[in-house]
Amino acid sequence: MTAIGARTKQPPLPATVGLGSGRRAGRRPGRRKGAALGIVAWLVGLLFFSPILWMLLTSLHSETNAATNPPALFAPLTLSSYANFFGAASGASPWPALINSALCSLISTGLVLVLAIPAAYALSIRPIRKWSDAMFFFLTTKMLPMVAGLLPVYLIAKQFHLLDTIGLMVIVYTSMNLPIAVWMMRSFFAEIPIEVLEAASIDGAGLLMTFRRILVPLASPGIIATALICFIFSWNELLFASVLTSTSSSTAPVFLTSFVTSEGLFLSKVCAASIAISLPVLIAGFAAQDKLVQGLSLGSVK
Amino acid sequence: MTTLAEPGQSIGTSRRSAPRRGAPEHEALSRAARWARRAPLLPALIFMIIVTQLPFVATLVISFIHWNALYPNDVAFGGFGNYIAVFTDPTMSASVLTTILLTVAVVLISLVIGLVIALLLDRAFWGRGFVRTMMIAPFLIVPVAAALVWKHAIFNPSYGLLNGILTWFWGLFGQAGSAPQPDWVSAHPLAAVDTALIWQWTPFMMLILLAGLQGRPLDVIEAARIDGASNWQIFRFMTLPHLRPYLELSALLGCIYIVQNFDAVFTITSGGLGTANLPYTIYQTFFEAQDYGQASAAGVLVVIGSLIVATFALRTVSSLLREERR
Repeated sequence: MTAIGARTKQPPLPATVGLGSGRRAGRRPGRRKGAALGIVAWLVGLLFFSPILWMLLTSLHSETNAATNPPALFAPLTLSSYANFFGAASGASPWPALINSALCSLISTGLVLVLAIPAAYALSIRPIRKWSDAMFFFLTTKMLPMVAGLLPVYLIAKQFHLLDTIGLMVIVYTSMNLPIAVWMMRSFFAEIPIEVLEAASIDGAGLLMTFRRILVPLASPGIIATALICFIFSWNELLFASVLTSTSSSTAPVFLTSFVTSEGLFLSKVCAASIAISLPVLIAGFAAQDKLVQGLSLGSVK
Repeated sequence: MTTLAEPGQSIGTSRRSAPRRGAPEHEALSRAARWARRAPLLPALIFMIIVTQLPFVATLVISFIHWNALYPNDVAFGGFGNYIAVFTDPTMSASVLTTILLTVAVVLISLVIGLVIALLLDRAFWGRGFVRTMMIAPFLIVPVAAALVWKHAIFNPSYGLLNGILTWFWGLFGQAGSAPQPDWVSAHPLAAVDTALIWQWTPFMMLILLAGLQGRPLDVIEAARIDGASNWQIFRFMTLPHLRPYLELSALLGCIYIVQNFDAVFTITSGGLGTANLPYTIYQTFFEAQDYGQASAAGVLVVIGSLIVATFALRTVSSLLREERR
């Protein structure tokens, strides 16, 4: 009985093993390939991240340890470069520049939204005639190199005594970001189903009510994406800031360029400063990764 | 609900009363309605016209004036003198070429690398979200900061990371002293600027292409796979055509931003060694040479050039816009 039982049990066993190993043999190269590609992805990601890691490590080393060759990877860590950056040694505090940058970026972002949201409404929800012409006008202004406007803006600002003021930078950054914002907001508004708006108007909501109660809440992810992009671009801008500001309203990127000196060691301090200045953008960008894609593609990629 | 109901009645009555007002007023009313529709657009439109067109008119006027701020008493109408100066100035024509080379190289290379990485990240693997976050980081470093770090912490011949790695590697064989220590920026100035820019812009391309990949119709691809299509065939005949608008969009946006690049050129090479692109050259003509007339003429020519390029680029975008309208 046991022998028979064993025999009757036996035949299926090799079969299942065979089937299983066969299936596994079929899958294994695929799975192995998948794992290999995963490792490749990790390596590529680390390669792209390595300059930032290096920057971080250098910023945490003392100046002498930062300037060694080969690199002193395991040198003791110190925050002295950050202390240096924030004015401990040189006496030049970065705070005025950081505050100027924050003011320029935040005020211009607010102004951009105030101008772009109604404009996008006029271009998408109840499109006016020739709305695409208006859209292309906005896009064309973005395609013109900013640098072509540098001299006239400088001369006009000089005429009206606006040089080296936050107000001027706000106007420049607003004009720089407004076309992007109009494009983005239009595409976000276009996503809102027309039925919702019709229902609102049947319920008797006026324009302002529709705006406040329906459009802005529904498009708020889009508004956040737009604000994020405008903030990043304003915060990063160097060319106009370096020409139009000098002492009282110079921004963080301008401050950063003043760091590099021909004498003495500055590498660790530059790395610390770079990280400190990039930090607001890094935090905003990581917090809203998906919004970033929408924003960068002017709202055309969802 | 109650707040919505009350104004509802008022609008209802006004609507009902509208036809009663009669035909003569109808046209005036629709004109008013048309202006009411346009009104929200006007602030943005007027703002943009003032801040972009007025400076342009000023540039146009100045471009015909012989004006160097270093010689304030020698300002006169110059005719096409500034334009002739721009066209005969070898640094100007060199910078046009540099701009094209820089833009094409950075856009193409970061597009290709971005596509490869997007394909890698489109598959499920352990730690995908983390790798994606690492990939995005370069784009979130302030451009001047990135350029400074590349120049001083990576390319620097005596203590930069690249030469540090070379020394370390040669040191493994006990020959640290004979390790090659190239001066990367002087030896390959344009490639150095390219590298820093590609590093920053690849994540941008990758993000847009990854979004495109994730919008692929998976059932169709599965069907093709069952029909025996190879991976390459699926990529070539299904993925790539699907990605075309995304490739065009990321290339277009990349061009818009990289043509205007100033930070990397300004920081890494200060426009020296044949890396001065148009924005840098105009900045220099204006800010260092103080030749307002010639800088304006160059500005006008840049605007005309970009408009020509933009009309082609806009066709791409308009096809995107048409698709969206359905």
